[in-house]
Amino acid sequence: MSVLTVVFALIFYLATAILVAGVGYRIWLYARTPAPLKIPVTPAPLTPAGVALRLGKEVVLFASLFRSNKWTWLFGWVFHFALLLVLLRHLRYFQEPVWGWVALIQPFGKYAAFAMVAGLAGLWARRFLVDRVRYISAPSDHLMLALLLAIALSGLSMKYFFHTDIVALKAFFLGLMRFDLQPLPADPMLIVHLSLVALLMVIFPFSKLLHAPGLFFAPTRNQIDNPREKRHLVPWAAQLEAGERSASTTS
Amino acid sequence: MADFEVPELKEEIAPPPVREGVTGHLKPFVADAKFQEPLGYPGELVDNWQEVAIAKMGELLGKYRSLRVFLDICVKCGACTDKCHYFLGTTDGNNMPVARQDLLRRVYRRYFTFAGKYFPKLVGAVDLTEEVLDQWYSYYHQCSQCRRCSVFCPYGIDTAEISMAAREIMDSVGKGQKYCNEIIGKVIKIGNNLGLPQPALADTLEGLEEEVKMDTGRDVRFPLDEKGAEVLLVTPSADFFAEPHVDGLIGYAKVFHQAGISWTLSSYASEAANFGMFIGSYENMRKLALRIREAALELGVKRIVFGECGHAWRVAYAFLNTLAGPFDFLDPKYPVPQHICEVTYDLIKRGALKLDPSANDHRRVTFHDSCNVARATRMGDFPGGQFVIPREILKSVCNHFYDMPADTIYDATFCCGGGGGLLTDDLIELRVKGALPRMEALKHVVEEYGVTHLVAICAICKSQFSKVLPYYGFEMDQILSLHQLVGDALVFEAQA
Repeated sequence: MSVLTVVFALIFYLATAILVAGVGYRIWLYARTPAPLKIPVTPAPLTPAGVALRLGKEVVLFASLFRSNKWTWLFGWVFHFALLLVLLRHLRYFQEPVWGWVALIQPFGKYAAFAMVAGLAGLWARRFLVDRVRYISAPSDHLMLALLLAIALSGLSMKYFFHTDIVALKAFFLGLMRFDLQPLPADPMLIVHLSLVALLMVIFPFSKLLHAPGLFFAPTRNQIDNPREKRHLVPWAAQLEAGERSASTTS
Repeated sequence: MADFEVPELKEEIAPPPVREGVTGHLKPFVADAKFQEPLGYPGELVDNWQEVAIAKMGELLGKYRSLRVFLDICVKCGACTDKCHYFLGTTDGNNMPVARQDLLRRVYRRYFTFAGKYFPKLVGAVDLTEEVLDQWYSYYHQCSQCRRCSVFCPYGIDTAEISMAAREIMDSVGKGQKYCNEIIGKVIKIGNNLGLPQPALADTLEGLEEEVKMDTGRDVRFPLDEKGAEVLLVTPSADFFAEPHVDGLIGYAKVFHQAGISWTLSSYASEAANFGMFIGSYENMRKLALRIREAALELGVKRIVFGECGHAWRVAYAFLNTLAGPFDFLDPKYPVPQHICEVTYDLIKRGALKLDPSANDHRRVTFHDSCNVARATRMGDFPGGQFVIPREILKSVCNHFYDMPADTIYDATFCCGGGGGLLTDDLIELRVKGALPRMEALKHVVEEYGVTHLVAICAICKSQFSKVLPYYGFEMDQILSLHQLVGDALVFEAQA
């Protein structure tokens, strides 16, 4: 077994552990923190189904962003859905046999990679061209786009120029999942691609990429508009009340 | 008239080029000890203020999911950057909602996140220095907590939540804002923002009874502290004497009179406004809210109705049940609390009010959706009732109603420029500049439809517009209370 294979096996085990534990911890933290007041941005839904619809529209259509800025919406939406398609296309490296629908989307996934690059390029261009967006961009905002773009371009270049042995690659990943190490092809572009992906996985729980799980926890979007009908009281507020009551009875 | 440049009204509301720090010098007076201490805050900046501030931030992160999530998840997409009226009016980059949030987020990252602790430059994390505190004080008092940015944010990040937290942190280290804290103190001590004691209030109301008698020949009552009344009316204290607020109060009284509903004001809870919200203080907000509960119990009323006031309606509609509930001692047939517009609208629908809209034929009106009503509350039993109900009332009492452009009304409404605890003369430059987008929208309907009056249902909006309208070439009396138009349209038969 080559050193490269062992090193990358360790890298991916570690990156996966950090991604899962890190994001899991963040979600636990969000879920555990109470929302003491009813603060949905209104008009807001009156039922749980309405809230699901509201969140669904944000997740699938980026509804609020669409209202806000058509260019950002276009680039952002194209990038995210292209990324989704590309990720689904990559599922084939992790399963044997490959599910039917994963095989079905392969041809579309190919074009999605180009759409993903276009979306990222558009988003990055805004960071330079729109003075307001330039003003609010930190180095990490640029680097995040650079990282995603580098992942997309290195992937694309393997598709069209620097082919790698994808059968061996698949064996490597299946092996990782079965704890039975198989050799990783030593192609430079593949090494670049995989390193960047591992880096992204590690960065995820410590960065603004937390917007993905965070969206579901925004009280402004996920609360039901029913404060008059139903009393909303979190434990620390109830404690505050109980403390006052006992103070008034002892005095 | 002003020692600053009043922005020019343009045809379209367009984002200006960003400038850096141009309103960094604007800040309200700092509260001194006599206003800080009654609220439970240190009288002056404490010695170890950095330590206290970071500890407070940690505490708030554990208590408010909004703060915790919003500080983490912003991706700096820029969707909010052209949505704030203060940015549009001042052009200061730090008045872009994301930049305003970042003032706190940078410090959060430095002290509470892995990336900020080990790679501060990379993620723009900074230490909490005196300079940062000054920036907080300045720019978190250039946010009116109107939530317009939150409507457009793909994740619903609400800058109001961040600015409330920042103000609470500043209060806890002894750097509070005089205007808000002085007012909260007055409510705790006397019962209303103006510090109007019971005898003065009784006197004012008696004067109003005489005035209405002269105008209508009817004995319309303005009861105070009357036990056994059906309705406790809680209204902003500006309604007792300020123009055009007081005409709104007269309108409520006429509505109750014609509908035959017995009602009373309370001298103990003679204030609908709850400035505890502006400073992000759950405890102070609760203290003020409890006065309303106590007054309702003491007077034995069956319903609580709120007068025209924007953020007061937010605290009432969205928070009162939480802060001072449960209200199981009131009549369950009515929501608790009700908005005066809900009461009037129901009466109109039932045909219980006799209205002659031609009484308002000399007025061509438009309606200003107050930010807190529009984006933080509801009226009626359907989403968006807060937009429909006031407009339906207006159309029933006035023949000439025209809406301002669609991107400036409903949940996209622009704040008047004076909300969120900024309605103070030490911030007049900010208030004038922040009113710019609303003034542009108003100009549009004035030119297009010959609109003569702007109608509002918020005490702060009314005071703010009377003050800033003249800066833009309008007259101060072009702002009216909704219930003034209702009162003017009510037809009273000659008294038997």
